[in-house]
Amino acid sequence: MSEYNPVVTAISPDTVSERRWPKSLTEVPYWVFQDEDVYKAEQERIFHGPMWNYLCLEAELAAPGDFCATFIGEQPVLVTRDHDGQIYAFENRCAHRGSLIAMENYGHAKDFTCVYHAWTYNLQGDLTGVAFEDGINGKGGMSPDFCKAAHSPRRLRLANVHGLIFGSLNNDVPEIEEYLGQEILDRIERVLGGRKPVVLGRFTQNLPNNWKLYMENVKDSYHASILHLFFTTFGLNKLNQKGGIIVSENGGHHVSWSAINREAEAKAAGHYKDQKIRSESDYQLEDPSLVDSFSEVGDDITLQILSVSPGFVLQQIQNSIAVRQVLPTGVESTNLNWTYLGFEDDTEEQQLVRMKQSNLVGPAGYVSMEDGAIGGFVQRGIAGASGEFATVQMGGDQAVSSESRVTEASIRGFWKVYREAMGFDIEESK
Amino acid sequence: MDVFNLISRAQGSYVRSIDDGPIEDWAEHFTDDAFYKVTTADNHRRGLPAGVIWANNKAMLKDRVSALKEANIYEPHSYRHLLGQPAILEESDGGATSETSFLVIRVTGNGPTDVFASGRYLDEYVVEDGQALIKKRIVVCDSSRIDTLLVLPL
Repeated sequence: MSEYNPVVTAISPDTVSERRWPKSLTEVPYWVFQDEDVYKAEQERIFHGPMWNYLCLEAELAAPGDFCATFIGEQPVLVTRDHDGQIYAFENRCAHRGSLIAMENYGHAKDFTCVYHAWTYNLQGDLTGVAFEDGINGKGGMSPDFCKAAHSPRRLRLANVHGLIFGSLNNDVPEIEEYLGQEILDRIERVLGGRKPVVLGRFTQNLPNNWKLYMENVKDSYHASILHLFFTTFGLNKLNQKGGIIVSENGGHHVSWSAINREAEAKAAGHYKDQKIRSESDYQLEDPSLVDSFSEVGDDITLQILSVSPGFVLQQIQNSIAVRQVLPTGVESTNLNWTYLGFEDDTEEQQLVRMKQSNLVGPAGYVSMEDGAIGGFVQRGIAGASGEFATVQMGGDQAVSSESRVTEASIRGFWKVYREAMGFDIEESK
Repeated sequence: MDVFNLISRAQGSYVRSIDDGPIEDWAEHFTDDAFYKVTTADNHRRGLPAGVIWANNKAMLKDRVSALKEANIYEPHSYRHLLGQPAILEESDGGATSETSFLVIRVTGNGPTDVFASGRYLDEYVVEDGQALIKKRIVVCDSSRIDTLLVLPL
């Protein structure tokens, strides 16, 4: 199996390294969402760099032979479960002439045969067969010193975090526990630990914007109650929720959470007797059962949005659980892959709640549809402004955890990790 | 009027309510206990139950309309539905099951005429007072991808 060696590419990465990035984390240059050379360098330094990329769920590879064809950045990869029960991942690219080895997104196979010239790979990605390797009637065929073992697709490093499969094409990436940090690990465990997820549906949303605009949006707890007016309009905002932001030590990962504040609710109950909902709104849902929830894991947390750099999100919005995979497909286009989850031990009632609350999220989600468009508004807004900067000063200039969600700390953290990985020249503020 | 004509009438009126309005009329094409789901061919084939829109009564459909009118924020856009003829699969005294293909064109803001979705409606209709009402509609989009966002129903 060939190991990954960082390759000096023909895209002249030096022009990217010479780009200057403000020292303060509060300024983000708009060219980072616009320029082709930056986009190409990201494929190498971010997606092929020392990062862990979400690939799929272990639950999606339940049986030996199950596979998932996914991507790291733009690069197609294949994730499989072999008969030894282990999960493997390798480049989804035939070692011969580069064709895709598997085309179906999710499927089941004994082995993989490239359709072009029938080169065959086992479930671990080893090249096991070459059609007409010995030629026909002693004529043609591969040279006798052709070694199949030397021509297998590159294998990925893999990590399994409570059923989330992450992969990396880089040998220098730290162990996943170190990469994520304890606080992020704990919050993944909170939702997925010891549970068997069941896929309820998969949807892809094409976003008309650079992938980083979506990651900024995910990490932006400041916009939630301003852009997404569904809860406010229908008077569904819970009083006195408590919550906060966790930013991982390196800055790259975050958790935004809120919980029912039982003390405050008890006090408020005195003022608003028998009113579950305090509605100052003119509008009410005809079927308010949409927001009837159960405690997801036995605690009071009703919202937990967790992101892992470069492009992964684990979401709990009430009882809507989903993972989101953010895949760049061009400078100004991104695929957002949603996988909606339930759990094996869900009761029928709980399953019904999840179905109803699937309306909150996804491409048509009451509290998420705006996020599909807002990145495009920014992308269009910044046209012609590549020399200008976004300003992210809410909550200070650091990338640290905070009790307030009126902060852009986790956005600053994202850029901290990003600019370092990209190797930009960091300059003192003007 | 035979069931083919009743369904054709209902579907003509259905798409008109979405494309030309008033959008409030859309929910009136359903029975009170109607089921409506928008999903993809891939999810449908795999038997995965979730939808991008999922409703198990008419009230939820009305809430969709109030949300898109009063709460959700998006760039103004419009649809044009082009439906095939309904294929009547089963017929009884009280109703029918049918399947109809659709193509939806979307125009966003000052933008071009974009193909937004194609697929089929898997329907159960009931006939009440000479009118076909949707008891169950599964909107199966051919592609697994939805461009930008889905606000107006399909």
